Amino acid sequence: MGGDRQAERTVVVWCPDWPVHAAGAQPHEAVAVVAANRVVACSVAARREGVKRGLRRREAQARCPDLRIVPSDEGRDARAFEPVVAVVARCTPRLEVVRPGLCAFPTRGPSRYFGGDEALADRVVAALAGVPCGVGVADGRLAASLAARRAVRDDDAGRVGGSGRLVVAPGETASFLAPFPISALERPALADLLVRLGLRTLGDFAALPAADVVARFGLDGVSAHRLACGLDERPPAGREPPPELVVQRELDPPAERVDVAAFAAKGMADELHGRLAALGLSCTRVLIEAETEHGERLARLWRHEGALDAAAMAERVRWQLDGWLAGTAVEAGPTGGLTLLRLVPDEVGPASGRQLGFWGGVAAADDRAARALARVQGMLGPEAVTTAVLSGGRSPAEQATLVPWGEPREPARPGAPGDGPVRIDGRVELPPWPGQVPPPAPAVVHHDLLPAEVVDGDGRPVVVGGRGLAGAPPARLSVGDGRWATVVGWAGPWPVDERWWDAAAHRRRARMQLATDDGAAYLVALEGGRWWVEATYD
Amino acid sequence: MAVRAQALPHDGLHELAGRTRPVAQAGEQVLPVLPCLASLLPWAGLRRGATVAVTGPGATSLALALLAAASAAGSWAAAVGLPSLGMVAAAQVGVDLARFVMVAPGRDWPTAVAALVDAFDMVLVRPSGRPPAAAGRRLVARARERGAVLLVHGPWEGADLRLRIDGSVWQGLGQGYGHLRRRRVEVVGEGRGAAARAHRARLWLPDDDGRPASVRGSPEHARAGPTAVGARAG
Repeated sequence: MGGDRQAERTVVVWCPDWPVHAAGAQPHEAVAVVAANRVVACSVAARREGVKRGLRRREAQARCPDLRIVPSDEGRDARAFEPVVAVVARCTPRLEVVRPGLCAFPTRGPSRYFGGDEALADRVVAALAGVPCGVGVADGRLAASLAARRAVRDDDAGRVGGSGRLVVAPGETASFLAPFPISALERPALADLLVRLGLRTLGDFAALPAADVVARFGLDGVSAHRLACGLDERPPAGREPPPELVVQRELDPPAERVDVAAFAAKGMADELHGRLAALGLSCTRVLIEAETEHGERLARLWRHEGALDAAAMAERVRWQLDGWLAGTAVEAGPTGGLTLLRLVPDEVGPASGRQLGFWGGVAAADDRAARALARVQGMLGPEAVTTAVLSGGRSPAEQATLVPWGEPREPARPGAPGDGPVRIDGRVELPPWPGQVPPPAPAVVHHDLLPAEVVDGDGRPVVVGGRGLAGAPPARLSVGDGRWATVVGWAGPWPVDERWWDAAAHRRRARMQLATDDGAAYLVALEGGRWWVEATYD
Repeated sequence: MAVRAQALPHDGLHELAGRTRPVAQAGEQVLPVLPCLASLLPWAGLRRGATVAVTGPGATSLALALLAAASAAGSWAAAVGLPSLGMVAAAQVGVDLARFVMVAPGRDWPTAVAALVDAFDMVLVRPSGRPPAAAGRRLVARARERGAVLLVHGPWEGADLRLRIDGSVWQGLGQGYGHLRRRRVEVVGEGRGAAARAHRARLWLPDDDGRPASVRGSPEHARAGPTAVGARAG
């Protein structure tokens, strides 16, 4: 189990309610960030009204009617956190980011350089002026993050959302941790059990002898016990990860867009994860390095509470590149495309094995499908595998956006096929799209319009006048170079004049529905003086 | 069971059971299908490992309708080689777009389908050109072994079930007014083994709201239901 080595003195910088800050909320606004219908972060004003993390959205809105709901977006949080990280990184070379809103670094070097822990903490707070944050210094990451939270709360009494710092003297970490409740360990199952056994604070838990803890709770309990005592979570492994675990890939041609690099990173993360798993190791901290063709480098350490699996690593690469390529106020973004990506597992530990959910039905099917799709994407390219998202538009082609597998499923234009705007809290959330083709929707939609000819009884092409009326009823239809079919029913024309204010995107077309004698039906459109088939009702 | 039990605890239990039930037990041999289509299928559903070929005007809508119920229940489905598939129509029929993937395979569609059959419950494919007979048989065998349903849009020899749309009439269009509302089709199903006897069914494909439905008054409408299994056993 290792000796009683004092935990490494760490500085934790915590920006409270970071998702709310990243969403651009004003200081006195009541805002809640919602994911999967539950609140994950809320502003100070919302908290005063009784909104808490974990509430359902409806309940939060009931407690605070003026609440503004913002959907959760981890990419946005990570991008917005990048300037903060860049500023803190000026004080230390060994900064690691745990998640957007929380980063940590050891104090050994910077503390000596800046003349003490207090001076270092003050300097960090001053450097981050404008971003409310709490800086905590203590032995060990858990104590430091609890100190950071306490720092903000103490200052909160006076101002709204101030910054603060709290330094716990070396050796006093155990007494600092003692009054905190067991829930501070962030292990809900173990915490539940301990509370039922009568241990409500970290001090109570730390008072138990270690041998009894391991006998009763196992290795999981032992690591929690070490945290509660103010010691390191696990003794340092004491060896460098072997060099063959580094995965490096050169991107040729240089990647200008984040999703190209993210796709390469997905493969690299899978490879690294496979190599680690073959050795029975799992990675808790990874160093992601990216280099451009002009030699600019960005290296960042990412830590995860548990072990980083392949998807989590790829996600962090995307966050890092998003933040970097977008450029920040502190330093300009890179000037060239990315040529090199490197993943280095910085801290590895024995893999504890994945605990599949007990009711693993849905998750197992999703996993299998995701793996098969990743393989197919590897064979055919990322653009060959797509899923559809319903979006706003008038024609069947515009009403579904095709998104490559793995990208966030976002519609090209907000809205959904259907009638009427969707209003939430009096504000229009989804705009209406008047002039939509009425349902039922066609089963075959031609993204490349098929040329067609629609002629009237005399064999002349049907024209649609300026008033939107057909010149003569259509009598026969020929699709492509196919044979002529007789039209037995028709409706329209439905003229649409879109984006008349934008010379480049201006479209004028008149749509008609035609049914032919062989039982087929088509959606045809007259644009640019000739007829096209937009969709076939197959 | 004339007495209605207390609503609340049972509702909660039912919801919990629904959430924790696995998507489709591997032991379950048949994927669910919309009730109006059950009469066409000799297994009252899509038997895992079967190959179904769909042809005729309206084949695309029929194929989407076959996928709909299982997709809504949580199964994953893939469409290979159908770049012009209407996704809004798929959503209206009931396919869950979050678990419906389109793949553009290029020329080597058998390899893509083989990779997908391993993990997906349903794979809809439109073969471009004729595959060599051996590759086709290998695909069918692999689908049978993995328990995936192979739906082929187009003719396919050796299919367990062939669904052909015989006649289709669209309703709702006048001479310059109205709009397409619904289509009445006649579907013929024939095949091998349990499907050796041909069945015919008249359906609305789609009905006014985009979903397929049986034509009221037709014998299929009376038969389409859980009792279809018993009726088909003869």
